[in-house]
Amino acid sequence: MAVERFPVEASHILMFARSIGDTNPIYSDPEYAAGTEVGSIIAPPTFAQSSAQFDPDYFLRPKPDKKWFGSGRTASGTLVRDLSEADGDDVKDEREGDKQSGAAAGGLHAEQHFTYHRHLKPGDVLHTVTYDGERWEKQSKRAGILKFSEAVTEYRDEDDELVITAKGVGVVTEKVIED
Amino acid sequence: MALSASQLSVGDSYSEQIVDDLTRTQIVQYAGASGDYNPVHTDEKFVTEVAGYPTVFAHGMLTMGMTGRMVTNFVGDGRLTYYGVRFTSQVWPGDTLTAKAEVADIRDEDGQKVVDLTITTTNQDDRPVLTGQATARLDD
Repeated sequence: MAVERFPVEASHILMFARSIGDTNPIYSDPEYAAGTEVGSIIAPPTFAQSSAQFDPDYFLRPKPDKKWFGSGRTASGTLVRDLSEADGDDVKDEREGDKQSGAAAGGLHAEQHFTYHRHLKPGDVLHTVTYDGERWEKQSKRAGILKFSEAVTEYRDEDDELVITAKGVGVVTEKVIED
Repeated sequence: MALSASQLSVGDSYSEQIVDDLTRTQIVQYAGASGDYNPVHTDEKFVTEVAGYPTVFAHGMLTMGMTGRMVTNFVGDGRLTYYGVRFTSQVWPGDTLTAKAEVADIRDEDGQKVVDLTITTTNQDDRPVLTGQATARLDD
């Protein structure tokens, strides 16, 4: 899960800020930013999560040489047959995401925490190290057995200084939660 | 503009409507920017026929990102030292969300004044979809 090189770029910050509906010029206008306390464009607080773009093996991004579990000719690209013509047992699902903790098709993001040692800015080149944290289970009326797993990611700069510590908690539910 | 400790009191609050009628397109926009292309967020056919949900739903991180906008509008840019949340309910297309920060504590940390905030984002039915905390540096 380590990202060896996460270059923080102004255009990526702009696209990310747009996607969360944030028009604050601190994320897009270098002249405005130069006149503020921070002195330059910075990244929004949750931007570090988009380091996924730089993880070559990130399992929630389609890759040209691999089956993708989203729909194409069938409702899922990793289903051997179309569900609509299937009669139960012979449907084989090869979803590789299920092996991963966190946000696979059957998994949800339960918690996310960021500790900021400083804020990201264009020109930073980061690398990450991820450690597995705690794992636990909980019984829920709505979703059956909940399996939680924690991962801690350190974002470090080129001097190996810690910039952001992120902690994510993923949960795999036994049943689909519809509200 | 950053906040001053002298102008803040425990119990003060700030809120913003962070999205009105969330669109599937914005969810796709977030998928593209963040790199999380999980089809449960972007692919109606997959999510209804394979995953078994009524429709696509927002990334938790989209709600955290939009809520973060309210937080930085309140505390100022580059002031956060901590921001953490729990996703308590799913966010669906069409939802209208309001995010609120309430001052839980004003204290000293390594000679610096900081504020602890309790954060709640609710949907149009007043159901919390996100709860969390943030800490930010204050001017004296």
